[in-house]
Amino acid sequence: MIELNDVGRAFKVKRAVVHAVRDLSFTVAPGEFVGYLGPNGAGKSTTIKMLCGILTPTSGRVRVAGLDPSRRRTTLARRIGVVFGQRTTLWWDLPLGDSFDLIRLLYKVDRKVFRVRLDELTQTLDLGGFLRTPVRQLSLGQRMRGDLAAALLHAPDVLVLDEPTIGLDVVSKASIRTFLRRLNAEQGTTVLLTTHDLGDIERLCRRVMVIDHGRLGFDGTLDDLMATAPEHSSIEDVVTALYTGTG
Amino acid sequence: MVRTYALLAWTWTRAAMAYPASFAIMTVLGLAVAGMDVAVILIVFANTTTLAGFSRDETLFLYGTANLAFCLCDMFVSNIDRISQHIKAGTLDTMLIRPVSPWLQLAADRFLPTRIGRIAQAAVVLGYALSALDLDPGRLWMVPVMIACGIVIFTALWTLAGALQFVLVDAPEVTSAFTYGTGQLTQYPFSIYGRELVRGVTYVLPLAFVNWQPALYVLDRDDPFGTPEFMRFLGPVAALVLALLAALAWRQGLRHYRSTGS
Repeated sequence: MIELNDVGRAFKVKRAVVHAVRDLSFTVAPGEFVGYLGPNGAGKSTTIKMLCGILTPTSGRVRVAGLDPSRRRTTLARRIGVVFGQRTTLWWDLPLGDSFDLIRLLYKVDRKVFRVRLDELTQTLDLGGFLRTPVRQLSLGQRMRGDLAAALLHAPDVLVLDEPTIGLDVVSKASIRTFLRRLNAEQGTTVLLTTHDLGDIERLCRRVMVIDHGRLGFDGTLDDLMATAPEHSSIEDVVTALYTGTG
Repeated sequence: MVRTYALLAWTWTRAAMAYPASFAIMTVLGLAVAGMDVAVILIVFANTTTLAGFSRDETLFLYGTANLAFCLCDMFVSNIDRISQHIKAGTLDTMLIRPVSPWLQLAADRFLPTRIGRIAQAAVVLGYALSALDLDPGRLWMVPVMIACGIVIFTALWTLAGALQFVLVDAPEVTSAFTYGTGQLTQYPFSIYGRELVRGVTYVLPLAFVNWQPALYVLDRDDPFGTPEFMRFLGPVAALVLALLAALAWRQGLRHYRSTGS
């Protein structure tokens, strides 16, 4: 579903060249739920932006759902759902439901299919209470659930989440996690999740990838990850050891 | 494409109406500013009968044609020049994940129907000039052609201005010279400008084809700068070349887009 081969992305910053990502290769199979970890500035967001075609890689080959994202971005957009935890894709001054109607038209989703899907999402994400509320008046937790629904209305094969639980309280986090687990299990949606919240990883991801300085430092199951630093018992300590290289 | 634009424009209109007071003020201000432009021309002609060889009505014809094209673009595509704000805020990313061209989304971004006042004003001025001038009916076919070329040229200029902002993220104002600057420039007979400037806006940046060259044909006048007759008909070619350049620049800009840090 996602395939990267020797992908690199360099930025010129005041004449120096910074390699945000280099020689990155990995494959995510359909139906997988993968956590993508790394310290700030490691290249997570750069990777995600290359996956959805926002950034063009400077080297290597990217394929998502069989498409080259940077060349077929608008075609891919119908097959991928993207949520940026730090910014909303909803229309700020309009009621949440209006954003959904607009997304239906932009993605050309059939009206009947849309109705069924929206009802389903309204129920599972508990959106019923604020569909008529302007997005700017929603709480962060409500908005994030709205953003998740918006990313899923066109029934994408792949869902890419960039820090979807950032700033949320424990209850909101729990409801989003439950939703994502069900989505992956019941609909078979492939999910790639970046987060700094290791609770997300522990509760959701069967597979974990860790990126550091633009390179893949670890790729395996959660158990494998814990085994990299057997002297530690908590995932926080294991990941800290991995990030700081003291493991 | 038109449907998608209309849909986005309607969405932004409803969003603007979430703030009714600001919406009303914008409408009134838009009309007031438009009226001032014409006032300036009328004041000039209250003191003189010709402006660099052109009568009041001929000047109003030049003003009307250029401004109609310009104001249409100002309403429907000018929002492209806000792209640097979207680059800085990271909101361009959210446009890029949708299955709709970001150019279209930006053109419709924060669409304001209140700008229709200026279009109406330009149309009225043009209508007046057409009825006041004693024009050769056999030459009137050029009027819609020149307005269409003007729309393409201004749209291309705005697109170029947007493409430039991928590089000049921190100096978006520079690009206003291309758009609002040229809009102002085309409001008057080119004979008031220096020879070098007119050469520049004929052969480098083809603004002379928005209204000056075709208008000389419609008004049956010789070019005071002495360009040959066939130049009057090059508008569509100039518009097409500029549009292609703008499309290329836009593509390059998008491919080199760097996004923001997070």
